[in-house]
Amino acid sequence: MTENNSDYLVRFENVQKSYDGELLVVKDLNLNMAKGEFLTMLGPSGSGKTTCLMMLAGFEPATHGEIYLDNVPINRVPPHKRGIGMVFQSYALFPHMTIGENLAFPLEVRKMGKSERDKKVKIALDMVQLGAFADRRPSQLSGGQQQRVAVARSLVFDPDVVLMDEPLGALDKNLREQMQYEIKHIHERLGVTVLYVTHDQSEALTMSDRVAVFDAGIIQQLAPPDVLYEKPENAFVADFIGDNNCLIGIVTEESENSCVVQTPDGSNIKANKVNIAGKGQKSTLSIRPERVIINPEVGQVPNIFKAKALELIYLGDHIRTRMQVCGNDEFYVKIPNTSHIADLNEGDEVSIGWNEYDCRALDAP
Amino acid sequence: MASNTEALKTADGISLKVSLQRSLRRKKRNALLLVAPLFLFILVTFLFPIFDMLIRGVDNKITQEILPTTVVALAKWDPASGQLPDEDIFKAFTVDGQVAAKAKTISRLGKRLNYEKSGFSSLFRKTGRQLKKFDPEKMTTSYKENLISIDKKWGKVETGSLIHRESGRYTKSYYLTAFDLTQNSEGNIEWKDADSSIYIDLFKRTLWLSCLITFLTILFGYPIAYLLATLKAKTSNLLMILVLLPFWTSLLVRTSAWIALLQKEGVINDTLVAIGIIGDESRLSMIHNSTGTLIAMTHILLPFMILPLFSVMKTINPSYVRAARSMGATGFTAFRRVYFPNTIAGIGAGGILVFILSIGFYITPALVGGVDGTMISNFIAYHISTSLNWGLAAALGAILLSLVLVLYILYDKLVGIDNMKLG
Ligand SMILES: Nc1ncnc2c1ncn2[C@@H]1O[C@H](COP(=O)(O)OP(=O)(O)O)[C@@H](O)[C@H]1O
Ligand SMILES: [Mg+2]
Repeated sequence: MTENNSDYLVRFENVQKSYDGELLVVKDLNLNMAKGEFLTMLGPSGSGKTTCLMMLAGFEPATHGEIYLDNVPINRVPPHKRGIGMVFQSYALFPHMTIGENLAFPLEVRKMGKSERDKKVKIALDMVQLGAFADRRPSQLSGGQQQRVAVARSLVFDPDVVLMDEPLGALDKNLREQMQYEIKHIHERLGVTVLYVTHDQSEALTMSDRVAVFDAGIIQQLAPPDVLYEKPENAFVADFIGDNNCLIGIVTEESENSCVVQTPDGSNIKANKVNIAGKGQKSTLSIRPERVIINPEVGQVPNIFKAKALELIYLGDHIRTRMQVCGNDEFYVKIPNTSHIADLNEGDEVSIGWNEYDCRALDAP
Repeated sequence: MASNTEALKTADGISLKVSLQRSLRRKKRNALLLVAPLFLFILVTFLFPIFDMLIRGVDNKITQEILPTTVVALAKWDPASGQLPDEDIFKAFTVDGQVAAKAKTISRLGKRLNYEKSGFSSLFRKTGRQLKKFDPEKMTTSYKENLISIDKKWGKVETGSLIHRESGRYTKSYYLTAFDLTQNSEGNIEWKDADSSIYIDLFKRTLWLSCLITFLTILFGYPIAYLLATLKAKTSNLLMILVLLPFWTSLLVRTSAWIALLQKEGVINDTLVAIGIIGDESRLSMIHNSTGTLIAMTHILLPFMILPLFSVMKTINPSYVRAARSMGATGFTAFRRVYFPNTIAGIGAGGILVFILSIGFYITPALVGGVDGTMISNFIAYHISTSLNWGLAAALGAILLSLVLVLYILYDKLVGIDNMKLG
């Protein structure tokens, strides 16, 4: 490793977790978080994201491996001594306390004086624009307001790290998007380190510095959002992040940077060699719908195939078209509404094509 | 926006309000029909008996029924004068007494008045026997002399004044007795002397034992309920069955089991003696006293505490405690400041349930309570089935009922009845 491990605020080293002694929920997790970073764990439900947070917060012991916080191993440190803020999906605001008391709680247990406490509570509430709500009970607030209070409460005692477990999961779409920006801005303003968990990829892409894509207890890829989208390293990530077309075939030729994959119907597709097992092995090709060119000129792109439009879905700015190509009839193409091709009809035959570097040859399922 | 001043109409022109009311009325009628059978059942088997009991506690029509003319005549007499009633009152009594003696009802009145002052039962039986044979034609003396010759007590002012006092349609004497009060011959209310006052002590003991039982059920029930609410579903279901098991065995069987365990020659004492912790001569007396009542009732009422506690704890999001801990609270602080306050509704609900059940509990104290472990309900039962003093039983019952109501109101004020969760 070139980087110095001790520069990181949070480190998971070979962490494993099993609840029942039979199944590994988290398999060999290695993850480093820099100070001030906004890192998101993204993955389908059940992939072990919450378990990772619980281990870091101290509510679940790691079965194997070590977690470091500021270079101190914390496996034996009880939760209340870790100084980690948490936002829960259910907010976990204490129903028997007012908003002000909720926020004062972490300061009170730290034996902070009353005047200083009040000041900090006020600052924290103002930060989420809820200064006027200090005397209300959580149940008197809307979901979005409760969410803000939960965020404010997790930050009021100036923790080094804040963990957020699907904090926006219960909000409706508009509010969720608004809150994404608010949380992002708070993060930028305070410079706090955030470990965020979500199963919503657009949320992960909007908010994060880096995203760790989780599946089956393994980090499939850890990269900034654009890299994740542009350069997925395996079929799971390609499919999980954004719209994607999969074509499965056998590698017939292999060179340094490219390869040729033959689909079952006999089409030979030139692809960018990323993650294949070798010649003669199966591979999944990933092509983004917006990278497909309709009616390309001969020679414009190396891959040109006949396709048949099966279904057109009008989506305003673009038309999502399901096509049959290379023996696959779940192939989606995004046709911008500006182009003349927009007046394609169901059943029409067109030719489509794509560049070699837009077609990534990945591992087979 | 359309103008709101015009009354809104439905499509066929009927005013919207009328139409809404019509549909609501139909809904209400249906709701009423659904509850009607249960309501009737409760009315007949619960509300009427309670109402009847409240009446019985003050009812005193027996005097007017058995001595109709005497009661009217007595109204003119002033017992404070110290004079015996006039001849016409004695005459009226003789006439009423003869009728009652023939109808065999006079001893009932004697029994009733015996509650106020002992000796009246025998006085009335004796007088009744004589009056049955009595023929006014052959009378040589006055009615007054005649009665006094039957029993000297008729020559005393107190006898008359007691009948005078208890001649009204209603009486407060049962309630006075229930509070260990009595009326002296001048009609003043005063405390009974220490050895004949029982009920105040009994109420105090009932309340005290109930408090203790409630406290013990909270003490034992809280950790169990916590386990039930937090353990894995499989384990907690098994535990729940154990908690509910007592509901499937008869109360009588469980109480008898406690007798077998706790008595002098019982399992516990035998074991203690066998391992030599206590000597054979100093076996613990754990039954037929208040200890027995306490142990057996705590056990029997425990599920009534556990279930409401459990149902409240089940709704407490485990992330509350986690949130508290992540914010720097120790396990104990998180419990004290966050978990416990959220279970108060359950403690209140379970507490009030157990308390109300225990102040009215009958079988267990009757079987294991001995003398100092009996409760007010045992005395109510005694007066209903043995002494047949239903008036006093009713008064005691009514006091118990109002006690429960007061507690209920108090609870509502303190915790709020809407917060009560029973399962
Ligand atoms: N307390 C627990 N006991 C046993 N199994 C658990 C527990 N918590 C989570 N799991 C299991 O671990 C796996 C991962 O769960 P979780 O970390 O909650 O996933 P995610 O947050 O990604 O949805 C799931 O299969 C879940 O059933
Ligand atoms: Mg989760």
